[in-house]
Amino acid sequence: MLKVSGLDVFYGDAQALDNVSLEVTEGSIVAIVGANGAGKTSLIRTIAGINRPARGQIQFRGRDIAGAPSHKVCDLGIGQVAEGRQVFPSLSVSENLDMGAMLPRARAKRERNRERVLDLFPHLRERLSQPAGTLSGGEQQMLAIGRCLMGAPELVMFDEPSLGLAPTIVQQVLATIRDLNREGLTCVLVEQNVAVSLRLAGRAYVLENGRITLSGTGPELLADDRVRQAYLGM
Amino acid sequence: MPAEIYLNVAVSGILTGLVYGLMALGLSVIFGVIRIVNFAHGEMMTIGMYIAIAIFSAFKLDPLVMMVPIAAVLFVFGYALQASLINPFINRPEHSQFILLVAVALVMVNGLLILFGPDAKNVQTTYAFDSFLIGPLIVDATKVYAGGAAVLVSAALFAFFRFSHLGQAIRACADNYVGALVVGLDVRRLYALTFGIGAACVGAAGAMLVLIIDVTPALGPAYTLLAFIIVITGGLGSMPGALLGGILIGFTEAMAGLLFSPSAKSMFAFGLLVLVLLFRPQGIMGKRAI
Repeated sequence: MLKVSGLDVFYGDAQALDNVSLEVTEGSIVAIVGANGAGKTSLIRTIAGINRPARGQIQFRGRDIAGAPSHKVCDLGIGQVAEGRQVFPSLSVSENLDMGAMLPRARAKRERNRERVLDLFPHLRERLSQPAGTLSGGEQQMLAIGRCLMGAPELVMFDEPSLGLAPTIVQQVLATIRDLNREGLTCVLVEQNVAVSLRLAGRAYVLENGRITLSGTGPELLADDRVRQAYLGM
Repeated sequence: MPAEIYLNVAVSGILTGLVYGLMALGLSVIFGVIRIVNFAHGEMMTIGMYIAIAIFSAFKLDPLVMMVPIAAVLFVFGYALQASLINPFINRPEHSQFILLVAVALVMVNGLLILFGPDAKNVQTTYAFDSFLIGPLIVDATKVYAGGAAVLVSAALFAFFRFSHLGQAIRACADNYVGALVVGLDVRRLYALTFGIGAACVGAAGAMLVLIIDVTPALGPAYTLLAFIIVITGGLGSMPGALLGGILIGFTEAMAGLLFSPSAKSMFAFGLLVLVLLFRPQGIMGKRAI
């Protein structure tokens, strides 16, 4: 479904991604694991069209989207739940959800998707008219996921969805991702919570200093000594 | 002096201030969303005023009737300006943006000089010397119409930002730039729309103001400055603040003209600005930076 090959990304002179290649098959969960500053967010933002690659291809359903602007990429069905949630703090919860459905692909389905999202996150229903900035971290994460689903995506990239959340909320968020995947949503999962994300993932990649250094199935990487030492502290 | 005079001058100052407020609203919207300071704001208003004068002298069409088409022309102009010239400067340092917009302003002032010459021009409507009598109040009809029109346009703008999805999307861009990219909003197009809306506001304000004052090309820079004073007084980025700032400045100018001399009115407007900066640096309705 998504195929990245030979991707190089620079910020000025600093190279953030070096010859990164990976593949996401339809209906799977692919985990990307790595330390802070390894280039995980750069990778997601480049796929999303927010950063421009210097070299390389990003193919989505056989179509090269490298360098396409983010609104075009989103409209093809690639959604993103960004690091730090990135909700619109002064807009109401309801307005935040609507903003997810501004894409041409999602406009006609706005009301149906809104019901679906509010069924998924009943908490948000009680807070529809409240400014998003007044929500708790967990609620904001639900809103960020809901807002992304309003765009009717086929593939969603989750960037650190559990960062800064209480453990019970983390479980809830990860369970939501698993459920969405079971309903057919293809997921890319970037998580600092390595053990959990490898258990969820069908396939996983380890990103170090902008390079893919290791890849395999989730269980393979969980059993790998290097991964166990570097990320699981075992 | 009889007491009614104070009241009359105060009311007419407030009515003029409403038009000032609409002008400043344009500046505030552009800055609040795009984070670009429009140094050509007053100049864009004079363009609106000259269009109104040209239409009036050619077809005898009232500037207030022509307000909507004039705003539409300025909208297209502002949209094109943002899409072609300013968008490429979005990520450049502020001094580059400053030079760009000052250049645009200079081109406008001198373009108007070439087209219309340096002499003051105005519009003589049939109601230019009419006035309304309300109890002890005597108010110029032109000011009542202009102030009323400014309130209507401002209300329409508030409703647009509050209730339309497009207006919400523009607020979303202002609220969280990264968030806007993440959900797939076409930020550059929304920026162009925003600049167009700001230009339309100031164009409409120009069509109203041409009933009240004479226009020369040199008026542009003075009104750019006035718009700044108003926006900073009211609170940068606050839409109600811009309107309130406009009313306050209009009132201050009118009272200064009455109590001292008309040439002292700018001094008092600046004095108000200094007071606000001293005691409430974020502006009357602005939020604290921290």
